[in-house]
Amino acid sequence: MCVCPGPRRIAIPVRSSRLPLLSDAMPAPAHLFPLIRNCEISRICSTVCYCHHKHLCCLSSHFAHSHFRYAPQKKFAALYRPKENFNHFIHMRDYASTPQRFYLTPPQVNSILKANEYSFKVPEFDGKNVSSVLGFDSNQLPANAPIEDRRSAATCLQTRGMLLGVFDGHAGCACAQAVSERLFYYIAVSLLPHETLLEIENAVESGRALLPILQWHKHPNDYFSKEASKLYFNSLRTYWQELIDLNSGETTDVKEALINAFKRLDNDISLEAQVGDPNSFLNYLVLRVAFSGATACVAHVDGVDLHIANTGDSRAMLGVQEEDGSWSAVNLSYDHNAQNEHEVERVKMEHPKSEEKSLVKQDRLLGLLMPFRAFGDVKFKWSIELQKRVVESGPDQLNDNEYTKFIPPNYHTPPYLTAEPEVIHHKLRPQDKFLVLATDGLWETMHRQDVARIVGEYLTGVHHQQPIAVGGYKVTLGQMHGLLTERRARISSVFEDQNAATHLIRHAVGNNEFGTVDHERLSKMLSLPEELARMYRDDITIIVVQFNSHVIGACQNEEL
Amino acid sequence: MAAGTTRFCAGIVSTARPVSIELKMADYSNKLYQQLEQETGVKTGYMKTGSISLAQTQDRLISLKRIASSLNVMGIPCEIITPKQVAQLHPLINIHDLVGAMYVPEDALVSSANVSLALATAASRNGVQIHERTSVSHVSVQKGRVTAVETDRGQIQCQYFVNCAGQWAYELGHSGEEPVNIPLHACEHFYLLTHPLKEPLASNLPTIVDPDGRIYIRNWQGGILSGGFEKNPKPLFTEGRNQLEIHNLQEDWDHFEPLLSALLRRMPDLEALQIMQLVNCPESFTPDMRCIMGESPTVRGYFVLAGMNSAGISYGGGAGKYLAEWMVNGYPSENVWPLDLKRFGALQSSRTFLRHRVMEVMPLMCDLKVPRWDFQTGRQLRTSPLYDRLDAQGARWMEKHGFERVKYFVPPGKDLLDLDQSKTFYKPDWFDIVGSEVKCCKEAVCVIDMSSFTKFEISSTGDEALESLQYLFSNDLDVPVGHVVHTGMLNEKGGYENDCSIARLSKRSFFMISPTDQQVHCWAWLKNRLPDDSNLTMEDVTWKYTALNLIGPRAVDVLSELSYAPITPEHFPSLFCKEMSVGYANGIRVMSITHTGEPGFMLYIPIEYALHVYNEVMNMGQKYGIRNAGYYALRSLRIEKFFAFWGQDLDAFTTPMECGREFQVKLEKGMQFVGQEALLEQKQNGVYKRFTMFILEDHDTDMDLWPWWGEPIFRNGRYVGKTTSSAYSYTLERHVCLGFVQHFDEKTGEELVVTTDFINQGEYEIDIAGQRFQAKAKLYPFSSLFTHRRRKDEEELSGYQRE
Repeated sequence: MCVCPGPRRIAIPVRSSRLPLLSDAMPAPAHLFPLIRNCEISRICSTVCYCHHKHLCCLSSHFAHSHFRYAPQKKFAALYRPKENFNHFIHMRDYASTPQRFYLTPPQVNSILKANEYSFKVPEFDGKNVSSVLGFDSNQLPANAPIEDRRSAATCLQTRGMLLGVFDGHAGCACAQAVSERLFYYIAVSLLPHETLLEIENAVESGRALLPILQWHKHPNDYFSKEASKLYFNSLRTYWQELIDLNSGETTDVKEALINAFKRLDNDISLEAQVGDPNSFLNYLVLRVAFSGATACVAHVDGVDLHIANTGDSRAMLGVQEEDGSWSAVNLSYDHNAQNEHEVERVKMEHPKSEEKSLVKQDRLLGLLMPFRAFGDVKFKWSIELQKRVVESGPDQLNDNEYTKFIPPNYHTPPYLTAEPEVIHHKLRPQDKFLVLATDGLWETMHRQDVARIVGEYLTGVHHQQPIAVGGYKVTLGQMHGLLTERRARISSVFEDQNAATHLIRHAVGNNEFGTVDHERLSKMLSLPEELARMYRDDITIIVVQFNSHVIGACQNEEL
Repeated sequence: MAAGTTRFCAGIVSTARPVSIELKMADYSNKLYQQLEQETGVKTGYMKTGSISLAQTQDRLISLKRIASSLNVMGIPCEIITPKQVAQLHPLINIHDLVGAMYVPEDALVSSANVSLALATAASRNGVQIHERTSVSHVSVQKGRVTAVETDRGQIQCQYFVNCAGQWAYELGHSGEEPVNIPLHACEHFYLLTHPLKEPLASNLPTIVDPDGRIYIRNWQGGILSGGFEKNPKPLFTEGRNQLEIHNLQEDWDHFEPLLSALLRRMPDLEALQIMQLVNCPESFTPDMRCIMGESPTVRGYFVLAGMNSAGISYGGGAGKYLAEWMVNGYPSENVWPLDLKRFGALQSSRTFLRHRVMEVMPLMCDLKVPRWDFQTGRQLRTSPLYDRLDAQGARWMEKHGFERVKYFVPPGKDLLDLDQSKTFYKPDWFDIVGSEVKCCKEAVCVIDMSSFTKFEISSTGDEALESLQYLFSNDLDVPVGHVVHTGMLNEKGGYENDCSIARLSKRSFFMISPTDQQVHCWAWLKNRLPDDSNLTMEDVTWKYTALNLIGPRAVDVLSELSYAPITPEHFPSLFCKEMSVGYANGIRVMSITHTGEPGFMLYIPIEYALHVYNEVMNMGQKYGIRNAGYYALRSLRIEKFFAFWGQDLDAFTTPMECGREFQVKLEKGMQFVGQEALLEQKQNGVYKRFTMFILEDHDTDMDLWPWWGEPIFRNGRYVGKTTSSAYSYTLERHVCLGFVQHFDEKTGEELVVTTDFINQGEYEIDIAGQRFQAKAKLYPFSSLFTHRRRKDEEELSGYQRE
């Protein structure tokens, strides 16, 4: 069910004969695009209203409660307050029937696109820059309200390297939020040498000031939970204490560290939910974190060593500039979903043959979940007994919630889901110019080849346009002038954005069939009401990391 | 030889230069090149074409008129012409967007490589040896003197070395054990060469300079050569030498596009003209857009001539002449302080600073040069400890020798124009702000942070300090302890090398305060002349003290409340120095001077007390109406009091006798001092120029162009000199210009003695951009201005100031 806004990622079947009908009734975003292209916004809206209406009927008669997790807050409220819902519906009709078109002006469009943009430049001194990373641009465009994507970026202070990640939450944003706050600490701690861990532990023990582990690069909208910080810290401390005890004496392998950190954090999320917390707010929080889910795609860059750890269906892509100046894309992660044969194979291997048929249905894990790996989602990890026990002893909000109570069908041999990442190591080369980390909201709308080209052309701007040389040709001043003016015009359109991620979102949302940004289309997509936005697009979160080819080249030469 | 950037030079000899000394150099170069072919037999390609500088705006035309005024009084033909006349002089120019132009018919074109060859040929004939393809590794120095040059072909012993390495001069300066700082940085510079026109351009067609379009255009082998100074220059070689790269620098058409657009706008008919080449030839630029010449302050015999800011061919001849005079005579025949290497120190030699600064300087080549513009890059390098406090109170800043100084304070709620829009030749937008600061200085009390001044301490175990200083300074320094003496530091000809105040702290130690930009020059001058005696020490304590100028009639009240020491005029007369406590801070050096002629005190505060003393002064001053003030107020105050300042009014060619400061010279102090003979002679024979104050009579402050400096002065319709500084006097409600009046014989042009009568019996006019304003000349300041005179002795009031 829950075909409406949220539930694309996770679906819960309902014993309702009407369900298939509903599913059919909700048009997939892709089907709607041509309509939008033809400027038939009114038609779209009326269609939507129609669906919406039917959807509501069905919902209210069957199980209003189960909708709680996925539907945007507003919509959910609508379910319970018929009057408001009615007003809302009226409003929708007004919107649909108003003949005059409502367009956002370019500044309005820009203010929406730029609301969450963030840029970080690695500080350089006196023209010298020892980091292989020049900096990064990131941005998010919400479709859900509130947005369920998260992003993080930080520089490791006790070891070298920089961490960047995108997190796509489902069934709420709690898990994505927690992972975005905590994962980098787990990774950083996993990478720390034994002495530093000891030093940190001693500092905590004696109440001295801690060495800072991470320097965060956060947009003002990226928040950390104050209430849970103590709890999170204690879990993290337990982890490093274990690392100290385990002291293997070996130098930390980045790949191993990443895998350990992912698994450990997921384990801690699970444990915290089982143990609970005397503080009722925190108790509810840890449960929400555990029962919601999040995918993670994290990059660790240290000199020429790039590691991508991926869990779920976000994606990392490397932008490579070929010798002729053109751009190509190299995937640095595999999606963990039904389209990935190896992944389906893996899941099947982990469970008895008898479950083979029920494991993957409708391209979803147990017929429900699109990503095959994720943080949280204890519904796919805990035993039925454990789930029941926790839900029953949990707070009322949890108990009243149909979703948390609901046990996936054919649930015999948990866990079905893991947070273990797949790690890919790549040695950066001078032709590797940038890295794009993005949630599936981007990859659904754009091919990676286009992403590589758009970002590549944006980042290099005028400088990497093939330089003009007169050579032996006969060129007049007028011809040259014409050529140059044209080149400049092309460039100035690129420089509308100061942020590569914003530029990419502009294309992802506003591209027409010719691959250029169509303002009218962009304006329509961005002015969709909150309730509708999710049907046309998913949350999009993008981080574009730019590499310093000079530094990379120099490192390479040293190694040679 | 001439294989570097000289080979690529566009070869335009242009005398239209805003700085007077540069103008003189260009004029000399032009005359030299003209006769070079005849003298040496080497073809120099000299062609007198003239040049036309175009104005697209009225402001630009004003700046051209200012240059035209100074060219005319130099005897260089020059006229302001209409767009129509431009069209008659040059067939291809689009004149529709022009408001006027300046035509300099004597300007010329040369082949720069051939000029070099001709000069070298002439030199060789006089016995000069030229080693080509020889690279210098470093210069050997012993006991602070140049001894030899090390090259890849062995050592060459020498007494003098001239670093003319152009854009490599910086590195060459740093290659020796004793580094010589030559602050310059290269930028890429582009110009375009075309094939000839169908009807080839005449080789005598004037060169066009279109500063608003940022381009220059000259005829070149029947086609054109056109380059410019773009807004976004590309600095290069920041990291250092790569001499090979200079020959394969890339053409960058996208970068050249704005200049090409400007070219086609100016000469639309060139559209069909075929491109031959886009040349990329690096040019070196200096932090203040003036070239660098002179002797190193640290190594004697080490001379420099570099940083031509892309005008090498125009300046070359003249610069060579002055440098040669300098080496042979010990000083050049003109005041070259604006170009002296010693105006810079190590502090301008950061590569990052240079890189950023030249990116501002290169576009400035074409930008409108208006009064009071400040560089925006390379700022906040040296600051007072009070910087943040003052900034938070609305301070607007300017920079001198890397030091941030307050211009004025913008009151809360008042907005000034943006930097670009505030450029004007007329009344500036801060007029009323400075007016109220001046009023406060006159009626209540103001505080001005003057920490940038150069401060030295000279002391000895015996009498060495006094003896040496008595020899080096013109005034009598053997005064009782606690006295402050204004004195010149003169050269052998009696000219001011420095103008300073010296406080006698004790029998054997002296505290010397000089202008900000004297830090390097004065240090070198004294170092070279003080006896090499371990008993005598000199220390630069500039950084140790914050200086606050407490200025105004209520300054005495503020200070007495903060200190228990009596500071009434009886106890603390003018020109005294006492160490005392101010607030909690002890050991503050208080001097009863203000550098303006107004009553008040200078407080020299050890920097750690600066904030405390400032806070105390501001708190205590509240009831006396204290407020912050800036240098613009100070400047207005001192100019209306006829105070000259070194570097602007005074230079190495001005003696105390010529600026009414005989009283600061003690010719009979019982011992010889530098410059004494020259002064004695002047005293006997009279002076040939006289520092004079002019009050503009029929000048409308709101409507008319404001004077700046460098305006020609006319006496009875004849040119007699130039102004050196000017300011609006809020007290007189008139503009005041200071300048030197000379007396040229009407027939022969010979310089005659200037007498008081000659000054007083004349009708004067000041020429501001071609418009003449009547002016009243005065040799002494208005005594009526001094409403709060505290001492009969007028010594301070009658003439000492600096900026």
